[in-house]
Amino acid sequence: MKKRISTWLSAGTPWIWMNAGAVAICIVMVIGLLLLLTVRGMSHFWPRDVMQAIYSPPSSSGAVQSTQVIGEFVESEFIVTAQITSSGIPVDDSQEFYERQLLKLGNRDLTGADFTWVLSDYLDDIEYPQNIVALERREWGNFYGYLTEVKEDGLSIPNPLINDDLKIWTDFNQRLERAQDIHDEIYRIQKREIGEINYAVERLRLDERRLQLDEEDTPEALAEINSSRITLNSRYELLQSELQLLYQEINRDTAVFVAANQQEVEIKLSDIVRAYHPNQLTLIAKFFAYFSKLAEFVTDEPREANTEGGIFPAIFGTVMMVMLMSVFVTPFGVVAAIYLREYARQGFVTRAIRIAVNNLAGVPSIVYGVFGLGFFIYIIGGEIDQIFYPEALPAPTFGTPGLLWASLTLALLTVPVVIVATEEGLARIPRSVREGSLALGATKFETLWRVVLPMASPAMMTGLILAVARAAGEVAPLMLVGVVKLAPSLPLNGNYPYLHLEQKFMHLGFHIYDVGFQSPNIEAARPLVFATALLLVLVIAALNLLAVSMRNHLREKYKSLDV
Amino acid sequence: MNDVTSEKSRTEGPKMRKFDVSAVLADKTKVDNDLVSCIDIKNLELYYSKDKRALDNINLSIPKQRVTAFIGPSGCGKSSLLRCFNRMNDLIDDCIIKGSIELEGKDIYKKSVDVADLRRRVGMVFQKPNPFPKSIYENVAYGLRIQGINSRRILGEVVEKSLKAAALWDEVKDRLHDSALGLSGGQQQRLVIARTIAVEPEVLLLDEPASALDPISTLKIEELINELKNNYTIVIVTHNMQQAARVSDFTAFMYMGSMVEFDATDIIFTNPAEKQTEDYITGRYG
Repeated sequence: MKKRISTWLSAGTPWIWMNAGAVAICIVMVIGLLLLLTVRGMSHFWPRDVMQAIYSPPSSSGAVQSTQVIGEFVESEFIVTAQITSSGIPVDDSQEFYERQLLKLGNRDLTGADFTWVLSDYLDDIEYPQNIVALERREWGNFYGYLTEVKEDGLSIPNPLINDDLKIWTDFNQRLERAQDIHDEIYRIQKREIGEINYAVERLRLDERRLQLDEEDTPEALAEINSSRITLNSRYELLQSELQLLYQEINRDTAVFVAANQQEVEIKLSDIVRAYHPNQLTLIAKFFAYFSKLAEFVTDEPREANTEGGIFPAIFGTVMMVMLMSVFVTPFGVVAAIYLREYARQGFVTRAIRIAVNNLAGVPSIVYGVFGLGFFIYIIGGEIDQIFYPEALPAPTFGTPGLLWASLTLALLTVPVVIVATEEGLARIPRSVREGSLALGATKFETLWRVVLPMASPAMMTGLILAVARAAGEVAPLMLVGVVKLAPSLPLNGNYPYLHLEQKFMHLGFHIYDVGFQSPNIEAARPLVFATALLLVLVIAALNLLAVSMRNHLREKYKSLDV
Repeated sequence: MNDVTSEKSRTEGPKMRKFDVSAVLADKTKVDNDLVSCIDIKNLELYYSKDKRALDNINLSIPKQRVTAFIGPSGCGKSSLLRCFNRMNDLIDDCIIKGSIELEGKDIYKKSVDVADLRRRVGMVFQKPNPFPKSIYENVAYGLRIQGINSRRILGEVVEKSLKAAALWDEVKDRLHDSALGLSGGQQQRLVIARTIAVEPEVLLLDEPASALDPISTLKIEELINELKNNYTIVIVTHNMQQAARVSDFTAFMYMGSMVEFDATDIIFTNPAEKQTEDYITGRYG
């Protein structure tokens, strides 16, 4: 027996089991993380049935107050009786636990809160009426209720068959579609055309200011600026009047709904994003609604303090920032690594520098944020403003947090990773290959350029992959150097010079923090936190996969000799 | 035993180095009129660090357009000596070289010498095949591209000529643009030789070119050396004494960083002047 144990030990079996166990734990944790994010995040977009019930909890006065609740079931949990009693609901304390459920009531304009906890035991008459309508609105969150009539210019549409719900619903949908078309048009005019004019007017103002500063403000030049300003203004007036008309048009139709407890509400069709009968949806229709909401989440702009709508600007900002960072960090890191490994004399100083570089990777990221703010933004950005943008002062152009500084700060944060990876790659290139090149009459530079660097390129890509992984997930320094909760426009848009490096941008990581922990509407925001987190993971994974596939391609191309 | 020999060699060193290389050469000239010296090594000493002497007072003349073999036990300095001829030892930090090496009468260690140009003139093939991770074509064209020759026509001609000279053309002519790393070891080594002769060096240094290869590939390399000696001065380092006997015209036996004996190959292998040489060749030590 003893012998068997000792052979078992010496064969290394426990060691193998330990390693396998560690790997298994890692895999389980990663899968669990992704699963949690997916389930909690992605289920948010599923159109749930809307429940209607009578809720009559016991009250301290003894009189039972019944209210009607209409809403979506979100989740349920068990809580101890004492907790309920202490919150003022005198439940029977012979029962140890009570089940309570979170309902999304919507109708924030009526009730003040979207969500409410109710005790399951006191819910009666639970039903799922077919003709309940769920609305997603541009403001005030969701609405649940019954559609009663549609009004045009404040007047009821004469309806030949009273109570013909289907007819009203069709009419309502037609008008809603019209309102949405007008809304898109308004959005286009406001964002695109008026945006362009505003941008042009601002540039004119800066031009004028620059002329004044340079003391070149001759009457002719000023007259020219004035004339273009007049043209722009007249165009603006035109658009403005067009907008006025559209606003009148879009506000023509309203619809009257009856919410819970027979409250009658009139809602403008222009305020509605989406309307559907949640309890009538077939499975296919639900899938359809699910994916349309998901697509909206990925491609649209946020609404309502980021708790509704999409997160496209954040995705775009994250990807943009990481790409810019890669553009900055790769050449810098590679060049530094080449010097350290190939040219610098390997002595005490080089060793000290190498240690310092390695340690830089361990500096807390917020420190880089502070450095970026103090050095890049205030010193360099301020100087750039003084020299190149004096006309805009005192409003800063580059002397304020922005995309460029965020990318540079993160490039600084990740440059040690690239240096270390590249150095290791360079060290791994067999001496024989270098000698082969040198023996053919190549100089050291030619050898590096034509043989060593191509062979080390997979290692550089490894460095870049690590850098991207680190940078894409970094939030703390970004809060100081360029990320905002809501950016008015994307850093890449149709206005000259198209790429606006000085603009502030949105970032998925910061979005998670903002939505999850700064939002007034926690319950509504929570699923979005998971969804956004999942998206952040996916974006990083996609960026990494891109880099990995590039690396594999390079590896295949410069398959290193077996050393 | 090693200590004893080294002690002995150190004490007897001067005596062993008594032979005059130029005399040997001059002697040969009587029989072989076109024998000219290509590389002249005078009082060469090489230190890898201050107190680590790798080569000790080497005097030697390498005859032009002949094959000279360096033999000797591991660590005796054959490769170190070889790598002096194209200044490969410059790459090693703290390496100190004393004495002089003249290529065609010009000191290659003079400050004004362009090392890259020297290495182009003195090509080198290493023990392990070291093709670049590029296509076969680009491997051979590498040296020319370095010199700034990018004309397709010239490159094509040179690649074909060099591969033919290295007896590799027939095997690779249909896949010139495949990776060189897909070739067998023997093919890779011949590719490296083709790459080296593509830049038309005057001297070819072969550092144990066949030691990593199988017997058939070795045979091919040896045949190749026989072909090439008509146009190049070849210096080959080898562990394999049969190989030295087969391919070389002259053989130098080195031991512990010193040149023990240098003579025509058949003399070294049949009637060596030094006892040490005889012991080594007959396999009594080493």
